[in-house]
Amino acid sequence: MSLLSVDNLHTRYVSRGRTVTAVDGVSLTVAAGETVGLVGESGCGKSTLGKTILRLVDPAEGSIRIAGQEIATLGQRALAPLRRNMQMVFQDPYGSLNPRQTVGTLLETPLKVHGMGSRRERRAQVLDILARVGLPPDAAARYPHEFSGGQRQRIGIARALVLKPQLVICDEPVSALDLSIQAQILNLLVALKRDLGLSYLFISHDLSVVRYFADRVLVMYLGRIVESADHATLWRDPRHPYTRALLSAVPVADPTYPRAPVAMRGEVSSGPATGCRFRTRCPIAIDRCAVEDPMLNDLGGQHRVACHRLE
Amino acid sequence: MMYPLLRVEDLTIGFPAATVVHEVSFEVFPGETMALVGESGCGKSITAFALMRLLPPGARILRGEVMFDGINLVTAAPRTLRDVRGRTLSLILQEPMTSLNPVLPIGMQIAEVMRRHEGIGKAAARRRSVELLELVGVTDAQRRYDDFPHHFSGGMRQRVMIAMAVACNPKLLIADEPTTALDVTIQAQVLDLLDSLRRQLGMAVLLITHDLGVVAQWADRVTVMYAGRVVEQAPVRPFFASPRHPYARGLLDASVGHDGEAHYTTRRLNEIPGSVASAAFEHGCPFAPRCPVRIDACRLSSPPLVALVPEHRVACIVTAGTEHVPAVG
Amino acid sequence: MPLEGALDRSADAAPPIARPLARGRSGRLLRACVTNPAFLVGLMILLTVVAVALLAPWLYPGDPQDMVAVPAMWPGEDWEHPLGTDSLGRDVAAGLAHGARVSLLVGLSAAAIGLTIGTVVGASAGYFGGVVDNALSRLTEVFQTVPTFLLVIVIVAIVQPAASTIALAIGVAAWPTVARLVRAQFRSLREADFVMAARSLGYSSPRIIAMEVLPNALPPVIVTTSVMVANAILTEAGLSFLAMGDPNLVSWGSMIGDGRSLLRTEWFLTALPGAAIALTVLSLNLVGDGLNDILNPRSGLA
Ligand SMILES: Nc1ncnc2c1ncn2[C@@H]1O[C@H](COP(=O)(O)OP(=O)(O)OP(=O)(O)O)[C@@H](O)[C@H]1O
Ligand SMILES: Nc1ncnc2c1ncn2[C@@H]1O[C@H](COP(=O)(O)OP(=O)(O)OP(=O)(O)O)[C@@H](O)[C@H]1O
Ligand code: SF4
Ligand SMILES: [Mg+2]
Ligand SMILES: [Mg+2]
Repeated sequence: MSLLSVDNLHTRYVSRGRTVTAVDGVSLTVAAGETVGLVGESGCGKSTLGKTILRLVDPAEGSIRIAGQEIATLGQRALAPLRRNMQMVFQDPYGSLNPRQTVGTLLETPLKVHGMGSRRERRAQVLDILARVGLPPDAAARYPHEFSGGQRQRIGIARALVLKPQLVICDEPVSALDLSIQAQILNLLVALKRDLGLSYLFISHDLSVVRYFADRVLVMYLGRIVESADHATLWRDPRHPYTRALLSAVPVADPTYPRAPVAMRGEVSSGPATGCRFRTRCPIAIDRCAVEDPMLNDLGGQHRVACHRLE
Repeated sequence: MMYPLLRVEDLTIGFPAATVVHEVSFEVFPGETMALVGESGCGKSITAFALMRLLPPGARILRGEVMFDGINLVTAAPRTLRDVRGRTLSLILQEPMTSLNPVLPIGMQIAEVMRRHEGIGKAAARRRSVELLELVGVTDAQRRYDDFPHHFSGGMRQRVMIAMAVACNPKLLIADEPTTALDVTIQAQVLDLLDSLRRQLGMAVLLITHDLGVVAQWADRVTVMYAGRVVEQAPVRPFFASPRHPYARGLLDASVGHDGEAHYTTRRLNEIPGSVASAAFEHGCPFAPRCPVRIDACRLSSPPLVALVPEHRVACIVTAGTEHVPAVG
Repeated sequence: MPLEGALDRSADAAPPIARPLARGRSGRLLRACVTNPAFLVGLMILLTVVAVALLAPWLYPGDPQDMVAVPAMWPGEDWEHPLGTDSLGRDVAAGLAHGARVSLLVGLSAAAIGLTIGTVVGASAGYFGGVVDNALSRLTEVFQTVPTFLLVIVIVAIVQPAASTIALAIGVAAWPTVARLVRAQFRSLREADFVMAARSLGYSSPRIIAMEVLPNALPPVIVTTSVMVANAILTEAGLSFLAMGDPNLVSWGSMIGDGRSLLRTEWFLTALPGAAIALTVLSLNLVGDGLNDILNPRSGLA
């Protein structure tokens, strides 16, 4: 049984009378011990999907099961004890840390709320997790604003891990970090995964990081999953035109390498109302794309793509 | 010889309890893109703030000079600074959420910059703001003009910041990790946008980033910092062909992308052993505790930045000792 | 923890990073005094005024309205009455001391009333949003369109002009400012990522409101409060000057009102209570600014 299984999830935001469907019928699973990468255009709903799965944003419809238990309809009170097992590393490392609490308080409160350990044990755990993410012990007495962007990101990671959850949704956990610390954090996440059997839903726009770290990758476009494949397949044989555009845009760390033009027209839009949402930017669109919405279609070997040209 | 647009010399910045930027010197020439890379916490953002004279409370410029466009920004009067900031020198901050006002519509925040510096009318400012939003790839800009920052995704907020920063066609744009929150296609769009603005307006860009791919593809020169000091400085081609400072080499080595096939199940990523050294390190080379080629002399004094070949400067006595060092200058 | 951490070997080499000198609230207060002389000056003046107000019954026993000496005596003429006497022979120093009681009392109670109403209205509007927010915001706007001073005059004209009703009137007229501020704070904080993070960690709603939202929402309100006290003092002075204050009490405003007719000759009768008002209001503003720095952990005083 998978640890997390999400079925036909929809999330809508209503702001000033306008409805935005940020997540539009997403289904996915994360097995115990598995790392699923989630990539996609900025604004396509990755963070919203992560927040909806953790019930930080209410789903409009669909089901979310954690270890078989349906949580899409649970009240916040019933959810509170379950939250210990599912945590999130937030995208904005500063905004997600209360500016008026010291790092020590930030890390200790979750343990206190979930009644874990005595005061002394909690302190020890805080110091332990700080050390694990590469921060000095005296960081506990300081406020978030006294740290650089990357250091704050590590505080966020420490907070998500301090409860020793089973599922961690990492929303861009290393994008604010320089390469050597990025390598340290990724190695750390790998080690924790091995030792605790953690599962990750790993949101990132850094494709080389996802390639290294994920077992399976989902590509999202405007609220939908458009391609899903295991990591090796996706890089060897990307099929959806959006995935191809995305891969072509990865900058190569070699100045002699010519910068490739992005294989995609136009820019992010709210998507056309009918047919394939990518069709206004798609280089290979056909007439059918304007009328019919492509469904995820299995190309074999768990490689699934939503595109009419690939059926 | 071209005159630099920005010349930073011996810039030293301290908080009450520690000095976090030590004798940093570099130049940015008109129309070029200079990348500033380095370990998280090495003082890149603080340096950027110092250039704008917008240091966080407690931080002070202890020494040094920042000449920009003929003005010494370290000693300039507040009036002059206000005039420079946002007009000829602008800054894109690392944290889009905290640098946007959460209770004002984003369009208004962009319009405000233009109205203050260019004295244009309300309607004109609105029109230009909408254009700018479209320019940075916010679709439906007319309508999104009145949205509040929390209505935007992380990447979209960052683009709003960029629109705000280029609103007055600055001569130098300091961009502190401008595309960290963006996916690669939009990153390419935004950097191409900055690149074309740079070409059209002769704007120079100081690009703070940790993405070496971005450095390789979009920068002309690169300055590497470690623990508050400049350790290497070179044009990008020679830098990527052969980085000289052991830290820079470690950085390229740690890159996930440099070995395309790597997967966590088969290989651990290379790390630079040890942890971030503090900028408060008193003697010797700041990288010495983690350096694989360290010799005893490294612990004695902090190595100066010397030119190995013109334009390629390194602060490492081991590297400098094994290679021919021509006279500086 | 039983795990092999990837980073533990690097951890013990972790360096000390810049750390500020003093910690905690009191440390911050101390540093604020050292680094912000304006705050210190404001605090000293304010404490002096408070001390005088508290000690007035012992310093000047008896009713300050009593005639005690020759009228219109200049300061320094008679050391029994160091600040002179007014046109009715009342001791100016006694008036100032007792007036401080009235001014501070009215100022503080008015601010407390405004603060309570404003916080409750603003917090409900901001936290619940929707219909509640709409209704409360309209109400706030209605109150805000009426000029404060006018509203106070109307209320006082209807009810008895006693110190308590004056405080109530000023408080009732002042709450919209607080309400708007608190509402804006709650609205933006409700959306803040760290509030969402707190929910993701399973914190209860009361805990989130008390520990996460309130501490971030209150500081600007506290700062505004000091300004509110100052405004209330000014309003009370204005009322008394117009002879609409409490007729049984001496206040700074009524002293200025009484001295008005002698402005050309005995100008000190207006200048002294005027200076007292100005100093107190100034000190409250200085303290407010200082508090703003102290309560903000980003200010470098943290
Ligand atoms: N609170 C909100 N109210 C209204 N719209 C919102 C809200 N939060 C997000 N949105 C919108 O929902 C869409 C998805 O946002 P989301 O933050 O999930 O994107 P994302 O994929 O995480 O992007 P990024 O990579 O830039 O972080 C965007 O169009 C955004 O503008
Ligand atoms: N308010 C402060 N008080 C004390 N120390 C601070 C403060 N702000 C920053 N620092 C310290 O100054 C150093 C430099 O910080 P800076 O933000 O410039 O790093 P950075 O190079 O931009 O890192 P990153 O890539 O993570 O953003 C860090 O070690 C940080 O801990
Ligand atoms: S379905 Fe059509 S428009 Fe959509 S991606 Fe495929 S070819 Fe392009
Ligand atoms: Mg996001
Ligand atoms: Mg930074």
